[in-house]
Amino acid sequence: MFFYEHKRYLLTVLFFTLYIFTNAQTNLPVFDFAQYEKRVLQQNDTLYVVNFWATWCKPCVEELPFFEKAKQTFSKQMVKFILVSQDAKARSSYAADFLKKNNYTSESFILSAGNPNVWIDKIDTSWSGLIPMTVFYKAGKKVYFHESDYATYEELEKIIHSKL
Amino acid sequence: MKKLFYLLFTLFAFSFNTKAHEGLHTGQVASDFKLKNIDGKMVSMADYKNAKGFIVTFTCNHCPYAKAYEDRIIALNNKYAAKGYPVIAINPNDAVQYPEDDFSSMKLRAKEKNFTFPYLHDESQDVARAYGAIKTPHIFIVQKENQQFIVKYIGAIDDNWEDATAVKEKYVENALDALLKGQPVAVANTKAIGCGVKWKK
Repeated sequence: MFFYEHKRYLLTVLFFTLYIFTNAQTNLPVFDFAQYEKRVLQQNDTLYVVNFWATWCKPCVEELPFFEKAKQTFSKQMVKFILVSQDAKARSSYAADFLKKNNYTSESFILSAGNPNVWIDKIDTSWSGLIPMTVFYKAGKKVYFHESDYATYEELEKIIHSKL
Repeated sequence: MKKLFYLLFTLFAFSFNTKAHEGLHTGQVASDFKLKNIDGKMVSMADYKNAKGFIVTFTCNHCPYAKAYEDRIIALNNKYAAKGYPVIAINPNDAVQYPEDDFSSMKLRAKEKNFTFPYLHDESQDVARAYGAIKTPHIFIVQKENQQFIVKYIGAIDDNWEDATAVKEKYVENALDALLKGQPVAVANTKAIGCGVKWKK
């Protein structure tokens, strides 16, 4: 009885819930700088391999397979791969679709942290802000910083090995 | 021994020096250029007899940051050209890798957006290299002093590329306003916010 009386309302709620749910699945979360630091600076033995990329950045997109491959290679070790997108917030679903389409399964979020001339230096004062850029963290500290792409997959694998 | 020390010291100082001078720094003299504009004519800073200086803007067509800043670059020219500091836009990108940045696309984009300033093609990328432009957009404000162009500001246009309405610090406008009042530029260096210049391979 209740269902019939409120059919229209319930259906609306149902569709709205579904809409929110599917939408949440296809958007990258947006992190501010505090959330970024909380995610990568952790007091544990995990090595956080953090790659800054964007869908519009050709060299970034070209080296994403290296990170996916490394994720397989180091699957038994304590390494966590995080892809930090520099796409605009408005492009969050496009970036999420891009990752999904390519079967890239690494954790990913958009970093939108206000004035880049403040947060770029917080990550590394020597960073020009160009991407791709990779930064590693371990036990709450930055242990490696690399501005530019990797010429080969082996180069990336070697540097991860050295920081384990 | 003393001689050897001096030699080593000189070599050390020299190597340090060359590294520190990749591209321009504020306070240095910027060299003039002669580049092809979208109308086919060659443009140099020396052509502008009455300019007090220039907002030399390395930018391009394809990059999302350059697109986001297009209207703001037009607004800068509209506001400051009459005050003596026009915009000169320069596209340094390799059109082989990025066809959207080729000369005919530059013409098209300038027409679509009604650019009120020259949009020059730095085909050899020599000007971008000489200035030390590594991004698009990348701003170099120069001021004419004794027939020389002195660099007064290098970096970003403002502090929010994504949302022009949420901008708090207008780095380029602040620098120009200071120059117009004959005051020193308080923030003369920021990190340019943009895509990397697409260098030829």
